[in-house]
Amino acid sequence: MKKVEIRLTGVGGQGVVLSSVILGRAASVYDKINAVQTETYGSDMRGGDVCTEVIIAEERIIYPIINNPDILVALSQKAYDDNFNDLKAEGIIITDSDLVNVSSLKKGIIYYHGSFNKIAIEELKKKAVANMAMLGFFQEKTKIVSLDALEKAIADLVPSKTLDLNLKALQIGVNIGK
Amino acid sequence: MKNKKNIERKTDFIQGNIACAEGAIAAGCNFFAGYPITPASEIAHYMSRKMFEVEGTFIQTEDELAAIANIVGASWGGNKSMTATSGPGISLMLENIGLAVVTETPCVIVNVQRGGPSTGSPSVAFQGDMLQPKFGSHGEYQIIALAPSSPQEMFDFTVEAFNKAEKYRIPVFILADSLIGHMRERVDFPLDDEIILEERKKLKNYQGIHQKIFLDENVAPMPIFGEGLKANITGSTHKEDGFRNVSDPKIMDTAIKRLSNKILKHKEDIIAVEEKYLEDAEVAIFSYGLVYRAVLETVNIARNQGLKVGSFRPITIWPFPQEQVEELSKKVKTIIVCENNLGQIYPFVKAAANGNAKIIFLPPKILGALYKQEEILNKIKEVIS
Repeated sequence: MKKVEIRLTGVGGQGVVLSSVILGRAASVYDKINAVQTETYGSDMRGGDVCTEVIIAEERIIYPIINNPDILVALSQKAYDDNFNDLKAEGIIITDSDLVNVSSLKKGIIYYHGSFNKIAIEELKKKAVANMAMLGFFQEKTKIVSLDALEKAIADLVPSKTLDLNLKALQIGVNIGK
Repeated sequence: MKNKKNIERKTDFIQGNIACAEGAIAAGCNFFAGYPITPASEIAHYMSRKMFEVEGTFIQTEDELAAIANIVGASWGGNKSMTATSGPGISLMLENIGLAVVTETPCVIVNVQRGGPSTGSPSVAFQGDMLQPKFGSHGEYQIIALAPSSPQEMFDFTVEAFNKAEKYRIPVFILADSLIGHMRERVDFPLDDEIILEERKKLKNYQGIHQKIFLDENVAPMPIFGEGLKANITGSTHKEDGFRNVSDPKIMDTAIKRLSNKILKHKEDIIAVEEKYLEDAEVAIFSYGLVYRAVLETVNIARNQGLKVGSFRPITIWPFPQEQVEELSKKVKTIIVCENNLGQIYPFVKAAANGNAKIIFLPPKILGALYKQEEILNKIKEVIS
C-alpha cells in the first residue's frame, strides 16, 4: 500500500478527532502498518473548527504532517470550503450529503457522499454516532484499513455500553458505501 | 548500580505526552508535581491517575514555583521525581532549577514548548526555549537536555532522562514541542529485560558532619532525608560537606568548576547524536526534535536525486556536542542549520565549526509551521550548485 494522507475536518462535537484516532489505531495497532495522527483545533472545542490528519503507510512515516491530502473528509460547509483546494489532483472527497454543498469540483477528483448525520438521527436515534457511519463508509470506499481492525479500535476507544450502537452505525456506513 | 524493572510488553497508539508519562513510570518515577498548561497538560492529567496505581504521589501545585520546589524536595526524600510544563512554566521555575543544579538533585523537567515569549501561542509547535535550560537560571552551570522527535522517543528519552538524572545527580530536561506532545503514533513498549535503570549512588552510613556529599566530579553519594543521615544542603557556595562559604573565591572557583566538570568530564557518556548518510556528504543538515523529521525526509529525497547530502542530529542538546560538530565541519563543505526558531542553536554550531565549513542558517518560512520538504531541498540544491 502506498502512503495515504487523510485530512478529516468538521466542527467540534462531531467526533472528527475520535474518528482520526480510531483510523490511526486500527492501522498501527491492528493492521500492523504505520500511522501518524495530528490535530489542530480552536480553543473552544464544541462548535469550533476541527482539523485532524492521519497518515497511513506500510513504510516508516518520517514527515508527520500533510500539505496536500489524498483524501479529504469534510463534515461541515466551512470545513469543505477551507480545505478542498488543498486536495491532490486525483484526490478523494467524502462529505455528509446533508451538511455540505459541493460545487465546482476539479476534474479528476473523486467525490463520495452519504447522509451520515441523518441516518444516525433517524435510524439509530443518536446523532453522536454519525462519525461511525462515516468511518464505515470510508472503509468500504477506500479499504485503507480493514473492517476488523476498525471494529477493534472502536472497541478500545468508545465507552463499552455504547459499543453495540457504535458498531451498528459502522455497519450501516459500510452498507451505504457498497 | 543497575537494576531491571518489570513492565508488560504492549503496543499502543498514543500521544507523545502520554508516552512521556509512560516512560517516566517505566523509569520508576513515583512523584509528580505540576500545574497544568497547554500543550503539556496531558502529562499531569495522566499522571494524576497513574501515580496512584504505582503507589506514588501526585500533587497539583498552586503554581509552577511550587511544582519545582516539590520535585526537588521529593528527590531528596529518595524519590524519582518529575514535573511537566511549557515555556511560561519553565520561566517561573528557573530560580529553583538553579537550586536543583547546585544541590545536585536528580529530577526530570519536561518542557513541551509552545509559542513565546510570555503566554505566546499555546498550541503552536515552536523550538523557542532551546537556550532556556542552559542559560535561564543565573550563574555558571551545566545541564542535560534531550530533544525527542516522536511519541516513541518521548517514551525512550524520558527513561534516559531519569537514568542520566540519577547517574549524575542533575536535573534533566526533555525539550519537546506541542506537535510532538499531541501527535499520536505507535509506541512499542520494551520487554521486562530490555529496560535498564540507573539508580543514584546513596550515602549508606553517616560519616560525620564533614562527610563528602557534594562536588565530586565523579558524583558524590547522596544522603536521603528520613534515613537518619544528617546533612547540610544549601543553594549558596559550599564545600564537599555542604557547609556554606560565600566569601572565599577559591571555594567558589572549586565549587563551580567541579559542578561543571561533573557533566563535562562525562560528555562521552552523556552526549548522543544520530548521523545519516554522512560518509560521502558534501553538505550536512543540522536539526533536532520535530524538525529532524522534515530534514530526514528531505535528505532521503535529495539522496534519491543523487545529491551528496547527509543529516546530523543531536539527541542531546545540552551539553552541546561541540566535538562532534567540529568533527563534522572537517568532513563537509557546508552545514545547513534548520530549527523552528530564529537561530538559537545556530551560533553554537558556527562556533564549534570554527571556520572549517560554511555554516548557513535556514529559517522556517513560517515560525511554528514545520519546514516543507521543498524549502530544505531548494537550499540544498542552491548550496551544491
